[in-house]
Amino acid sequence: MSLSVKHLLGIKDLKPEDIDLIFRTADNFKDVLQRPIKKVPTLRDTTIVNLFYENSTRTRISFELAEKRLSADTINFTASGSSVSKGETLIDTANNILAMKVDMVVMRHSASGAPHFLSRHINASIVNAGDGINEHPTQALLDGFSIREKLGSLKGKKIAIIGDIMHSRVALSNIYLLQKMGAEVIVCGPPTLIPKHITAMGVSVSYDVRKTLEWCDVANVLRIQLERQSKPLFSSLREYSLYYGIDKAMLDSLKKDIVIMHPGPINRGVELNSDAADSKHSIILDQVQNGVAVRMAVLYLLAGKKEELNP
Amino acid sequence: MKSLFTQKQLQITIERLAHQLIENHLDFADTVLIGMQPRGVYLSDRIYRKLQELVPGARIPYGKLDITFYRDDFNTSGELHIPAETDIDFSIENRKVVLIDDVLYTGRTIRSGLDALLDFGRPRNVELLVLIDRRFTRELPIQPDYTGMNVDSVASQKVKVLWKEKDKKDEVVMI
Repeated sequence: MSLSVKHLLGIKDLKPEDIDLIFRTADNFKDVLQRPIKKVPTLRDTTIVNLFYENSTRTRISFELAEKRLSADTINFTASGSSVSKGETLIDTANNILAMKVDMVVMRHSASGAPHFLSRHINASIVNAGDGINEHPTQALLDGFSIREKLGSLKGKKIAIIGDIMHSRVALSNIYLLQKMGAEVIVCGPPTLIPKHITAMGVSVSYDVRKTLEWCDVANVLRIQLERQSKPLFSSLREYSLYYGIDKAMLDSLKKDIVIMHPGPINRGVELNSDAADSKHSIILDQVQNGVAVRMAVLYLLAGKKEELNP
Repeated sequence: MKSLFTQKQLQITIERLAHQLIENHLDFADTVLIGMQPRGVYLSDRIYRKLQELVPGARIPYGKLDITFYRDDFNTSGELHIPAETDIDFSIENRKVVLIDDVLYTGRTIRSGLDALLDFGRPRNVELLVLIDRRFTRELPIQPDYTGMNVDSVASQKVKVLWKEKDKKDEVVMI
């Protein structure tokens, strides 16, 4: 058994069996991470470059840790302080790095489709660590993995994605993944932050956060991405928080216990209040922990595909 | 396909191996058993059960070890190996470890197993128990301490141990 893809560009390209394989492999790596020595020698002959054209804390550290736990050699590249500021193109940068015999590229870029473009031009496995407002596949995988761990499976579960759907690659990847695994998805947020025609993807839309919380088993709360909004899409953060913010009193008043997730970074007091983010409902820190195991699984499964790349 | 062991012979051999272990370990005070995934665990399950029967009162720690992430042919074998579960919920620090596998062939699996084992602590010593030792096929200097049966075979032949739990019957065959 192996993955049906050579790169992880998006959840869109994956089959349900691929996702299941990644989850099962991640189970094994999660087990490795509980051991006294949290490291295996599997990728000791593999070199991985982390190509980050956009800021990141969690994802970059998580990938780097996953690579180190697999004994791979890693190189870190961030756009600031590199030759990118001297005008080097993406392909040139990547090819120059690959000329030093690198096997895999983990890449984040602010332009949607940048990793897809690179995958057609260079000879290495590419893992998308977030491209513009398109996809963030490993985040969706770790979200799905965390739900599966908490609730047993994804099939038939009701998942709400709440917040800035329009600018969120996490939302898009999550919708693809959850639907492929048989979950029911609702998106919720102010009308200006919900893309037109999103119902064509088979999700429902709600503008009422309370009703949404009553309905769902899991609420994945997203950050308002002010940096991606060129014009104001709601009047103020205070107003957003008033209508769409979630606090502990709201969670306690529901008839059932729901699970709260957040891909981070949290804007405390805007989309999620501190008392909700730190409550027993929250699995936010489990998500971070699972992130390393899931990324180890992705790197492991893609490294096994090395033979299939073009020479 | 040639049958090397019938169910009855297999049962007697497992009993003998269990007795040999008792001979060397007596009350199993410091000894742990570790079965190698995926197919060695059927043998280690049987031996563990037998030992519980023969040495009542002994509490022998028993774990399972998967070596997928420690293989030396990860990028050369061409096929991806899907890992099985590793289940060792005790420390092997300063314990006597008995590694158990069904067939010893090139010795590479055991080499990986030793590597994997060291990530769980530093054992006092490690012994190897196998049901079938395919002699003259070793690629590494690894020999068993307890052997069920020696088989002389060429590389093109395959020795397979069938287990009732998995293959619906107990038998050892050469293909």
